Amino acid sequence: MTRFLPRALLAPSVITLFLWMIVPLLMTIYFSLIRYNLMQPGEHGFIGLANYQYFITDSSFGPAIINTLLLLGSVIVITVVVGVSLALLIDDPFPGRGLVRVLLISPFFVMPTVNALLWKHMMMNPIYGVFAQVWIFCGMQPVDWMTDWPLFSVILMVAWQWLPFATLIFVTALQSMNREQLEAARMDGARYLQQLRYLYVPHLGRSIAVVIMIEMIFLMSVFAEIYTTTGGGPGDASTNVAFLIFKQALLNFDAGVASAGALFAVVLANIVAIFLIRLIGKNLD
Amino acid sequence: MNLKSALALAFGLAVAGASNAATELVIATVNNGHMIEMQKLTKFFEQANPDITIKWVTLEEGVLRQRVTTDIATKGGQFDIMTIGMYETPIWAKKNWLQELKPDAAYDVDDLLPAMRQGLSVDGKLYAAPFYGESSMLMYRKDLADKAGVKLPERPTWAQVKDLAAKIHDPKNGVYGICLRGKPGWGDNMAFLTTLVNTNGGQWFDMNWKPQLESKPWKDAIKFYVDLLNKYGPPGSSANSFNEILALYNEGKCGMWVDATIAASFISDPKQSKVADKVAFAQAPVAVTPKGANWLWAWALAIPAGSKNQEAAQKFIAWATSKDYVKLVGKEAGWGSVPTGTRKSTYTSPEFLKAAKFADAEKKAIDTANPNDSTLPKSPYVGVQFAAIPEFQAIGIAVGQQMSAALAGKVTVDEALKSSQNSADREMKKAGYYK
Repeated sequence: MTRFLPRALLAPSVITLFLWMIVPLLMTIYFSLIRYNLMQPGEHGFIGLANYQYFITDSSFGPAIINTLLLLGSVIVITVVVGVSLALLIDDPFPGRGLVRVLLISPFFVMPTVNALLWKHMMMNPIYGVFAQVWIFCGMQPVDWMTDWPLFSVILMVAWQWLPFATLIFVTALQSMNREQLEAARMDGARYLQQLRYLYVPHLGRSIAVVIMIEMIFLMSVFAEIYTTTGGGPGDASTNVAFLIFKQALLNFDAGVASAGALFAVVLANIVAIFLIRLIGKNLD
Repeated sequence: MNLKSALALAFGLAVAGASNAATELVIATVNNGHMIEMQKLTKFFEQANPDITIKWVTLEEGVLRQRVTTDIATKGGQFDIMTIGMYETPIWAKKNWLQELKPDAAYDVDDLLPAMRQGLSVDGKLYAAPFYGESSMLMYRKDLADKAGVKLPERPTWAQVKDLAAKIHDPKNGVYGICLRGKPGWGDNMAFLTTLVNTNGGQWFDMNWKPQLESKPWKDAIKFYVDLLNKYGPPGSSANSFNEILALYNEGKCGMWVDATIAASFISDPKQSKVADKVAFAQAPVAVTPKGANWLWAWALAIPAGSKNQEAAQKFIAWATSKDYVKLVGKEAGWGSVPTGTRKSTYTSPEFLKAAKFADAEKKAIDTANPNDSTLPKSPYVGVQFAAIPEFQAIGIAVGQQMSAALAGKVTVDEALKSSQNSADREMKKAGYYK
């Protein structure tokens, strides 16, 4: 009885939250099993797993998975490595440090769509972009970024956007380093590389784990940059899973196949999450 | 006054207020120049019809298409008037999703250009009224052609275009022979490519709805296109569509451009274009047949069947697509920026002809396009640069991606067409056209 009352009182909120979560999921599962193209209403027959079959046998499917993982991996490596280096560089006081920090952090406040447009037109345009001008100045043939390196261009843009986030976390972490310990290490004659190996990196371990985890969650669904620059192309060269689902749902108006794709993405996210927790979770104890 | 009578009074006032309240029309539209102008001029309509107020929902083209399609397909009823294109109109009208338009005699339906009226009607009934219409044509730099000693006929062939492109291609000085669309999308690169395929004697589907993407006309057309753009086009073509090329053209970087007639008013406007006084116009180039060499498109206003404000909506559409509206824009914003491509009377107006030197070429292009007969072999579908069936979007997008890959040199033309054929085949099977 004493247990029943608090549970009964909790029930409304728990049930609401549960419904909040389960209803959309159930609807997605339902839609993924019927024939549901917005352009053809009234023909909502049950078609079993055909939507899944169409999603997985889509010729864009394989490249999309590979591109998603490539994008995820490259951006995380770039932001962590460069982020740690930058954080170490601006850790010690120097004149104008405040200003430099603000400048370093500002790309994070640029909206993804704007970010993509900036890069596409101002930097990477093969005719009037900054890169092209530099290349021409050096007497070289300008690189046609969106055509020849579509995925790499997207990686650059996303990394530029997320680097400030990583740097910010690392700078904050470095602030909490034990100064006495560092002092002691220096007194004992530890060189910089040794300090890095045995003091800085272990200290940063936890924040690196946090950065990887958060970036992984957000980068799975990178979309705006791809949509505004390459449109997933040329071919499938820069299509990721999020873009593929968008294509099915809102360009092809096929809600059935898109739902199947969304459920697939949930599974993919869970697989990634399991590995993440195994690998990184220990760090967070 | 006691509580009861106070409540009664309040109730009475509320009822009176409700019955006097103006009808609110919610209109979804696309964010381009002509539509923005219409929003500015709405006050004239509201003054003439004090019982109607207008609420605009202005969206970017792709987003508009998504919002409008999901709304009408799920019977959401958010909008009283929708801005839709020539692709959606016949499909939706056949499903009874749209209200037939019945303008009064003063509207003068017969004044609408026949190609537009036909493209927006099903079984002779008008389901959407054209707000502005366009075809495609060749726009080129007269000064460069003169320097090369080439005089283009009124309707050049693609071989002539290629010749001229070779002569004026001068990348060292930042001029590229020809700019064409390359960005994937059924309304982007495929709109242009379909006209090129049409004029090579090709089609999307044969009479049994089998996709024809590996036929000879397709191979000829796509090989020609890839070769032409790689030799004489600007770098980065596979990411260019209308707006990107417009920017290049206005900077004087394109020698020739085949695209929507609506571009003519931008590139000949000295405020936007550095080459405004050097442009000339010709009909879209032909290869094997003139059939389907230039496309046909209209942005049109339509009423979804579920709208509760039918009458007001009819009134607004009749106003916004009328002859008087064209005159109003001419008076308020200048004759150079009136919505074109919809009415015969626009092209007989001396003010308009004076302001727009592209008027003749545009009218001719629109008049020669026929969505019901746009391919050399007989086709089962309606539409020049698209096939008006629900499955076409998905197919057009998949094929468009392959074409941009071929243009970028990632795959060969034959490979691109083979996988295009496969995905088109898949889509048609999925939709149950054949087993």
